[in-house]
Amino acid sequence: MTEDHDLTSVALEPAPVRVAVPVTPETPPAPAVEAKMAVADLVVTYGQRRAVRDVDLAVPPRSILALIGPSGSGKSTVLRCFNRMNDLVPGARVEGRVSLDGEPIDGPDVDVVELRRRVGMVFQKPNPFPMTIYENVAYGPRRRGIKDRAKLDELVERSLTRAALWGEVKEDVRRKSGLALSGGQQQRLCIARVLATDPEVILMDEPASALDPISTLRIEELMRELRTAYSIIIVTHNMQQAARVSDTTAFFTMGEDRAGYLVELGPTNQIFTSPKEQLTEDYISGRFG
Amino acid sequence: MTTATAPIRRAGSRRAYRADRVATAVLWALGAFVMLLLTAIILHFVIASIGVVSPSFLFSDPSRTSLGGIGPLLWNSIYMLVLTMLISIPVGLLAGIYMAEYSRDGFVTATIRFAEEAISSVPSIVVGLFGLIAFVDLTHWGFTALGGALALTMFNLPLMARLTEQALRAVPPDERAASLALGATRWQTIRHVVVPLGVPGIVTGFILTAGRIFGEAAALIYTAGLATPSHYDFFNLNITDPRSPWSPFRPAATLSVYIWNTNGEGLGAFVTQVLNGSAAILIAMVLIFNVGARVLGRQLTRRLTAA
Repeated sequence: MTEDHDLTSVALEPAPVRVAVPVTPETPPAPAVEAKMAVADLVVTYGQRRAVRDVDLAVPPRSILALIGPSGSGKSTVLRCFNRMNDLVPGARVEGRVSLDGEPIDGPDVDVVELRRRVGMVFQKPNPFPMTIYENVAYGPRRRGIKDRAKLDELVERSLTRAALWGEVKEDVRRKSGLALSGGQQQRLCIARVLATDPEVILMDEPASALDPISTLRIEELMRELRTAYSIIIVTHNMQQAARVSDTTAFFTMGEDRAGYLVELGPTNQIFTSPKEQLTEDYISGRFG
Repeated sequence: MTTATAPIRRAGSRRAYRADRVATAVLWALGAFVMLLLTAIILHFVIASIGVVSPSFLFSDPSRTSLGGIGPLLWNSIYMLVLTMLISIPVGLLAGIYMAEYSRDGFVTATIRFAEEAISSVPSIVVGLFGLIAFVDLTHWGFTALGGALALTMFNLPLMARLTEQALRAVPPDERAASLALGATRWQTIRHVVVPLGVPGIVTGFILTAGRIFGEAAALIYTAGLATPSHYDFFNLNITDPRSPWSPFRPAATLSVYIWNTNGEGLGAFVTQVLNGSAAILIAMVLIFNVGARVLGRQLTRRLTAA
């Protein structure tokens, strides 16, 4: 409870969070951009176990941030703080500050439903509802009370088009079940479903780890396209994927205390070519993890 | 080349294969035995009821024909089913939703779960005796359909709640997470994702509890009574009139109770025929209800998940 009070008092001083762009000899100092989302002094505990500690992270707008690191380094835990999915885990406690457009989103007075509409999420395993393709995409808008047929039709088509799936399914959006699609198509359907809620940020938790290489590439292409309009945070096990798609990379690892923490944050090319931390270099060169 | 290994051709005598075949045979035999038993029961009563079951047997009053019809008893069985379900489905469904979606695991929920399992396994004659005290004497209702329905509810409601809870818990957490992550509220998630996906399991619960209502005699003897009405006037829609077949405040012997009673005390030349015919009808009703509920459940799932 005391943390909650601290958090609300933080809200009173709307100091814009700035993205720290590391200055290295190779990259000239970039102008600071206002962060779309940010976490500060983040600590997440599950019951007695501390899963993540001391994370400070800012997500630049209209770009892709990749969270990489070995298993157990807390990447997914951090990701779930951005849309408060940790609320659903019994015994989970989140301390620290999390904000969207500089506004705190961790207090008890936050409209979590609206937060999750603005910060959408794509899961590791494609999880369309056992409904038609149309109803899958219309699910979010319907729950927000949109009933108008023409509006829903338009929204469904636009979302599926953006998710690069419309061409493949337009013949039977209303007849075919979302579960009848291939794995890669299902994942694009899940992305379309998120887009239909008109989000600002999209969280992706290893969105391609259950897919074949071709489907993976399609998802990656899609991410590059979506980047022009949305902030994307992706958790990935696959370093090549992080290198291919992301603009910024955050490397996490697990400490001696078995809690994950952020080791290094920087532009992706810098993290992969000249990391500043030995731990990062060891990980990306495959020496551990 | 590789070193010596077992021949790739399957040798019939390998122990693992033998065990596999034995297990398959045993399981197959057990399955066949169950099927055979069911078929035997059905066949026995179908054959025994040839010449007994006719439209007049089904729909006329016990005293009308020399054989005696079962019309009012059939009506009472269906009436009791509907009345009990009207009470236990909504309450059981909501209790199950609460237990699966809202309650926190702890002493209270553990106690509720224990009570649910304990009550639904109390011998039904004991439930009947309790019903006699609670719904017949204390209420001064006498033997009534409502009293019988309440007695049936006593062991149907916990079962319904428990099975609903299990059906909802079996819905993959991924589906809940997906819905919540799309900005749906908890109730919207329950209403539009969890319950529709739980419908097949809920329908199973529904069928199990309904089967018990059709078949139950002991709990009804002391609550809904043994009275076999001589005639029902279905145009009498006054539900406060104990003579109306629509009234919950009238004695209502069901088909199962009738079979039990006739077997013990029935007089007359056609007792065996009446018993066989009634039993055949009872089995037919259970089967029809079973299939009907499944078909309905499938359509319900389709409607709920598509809208």
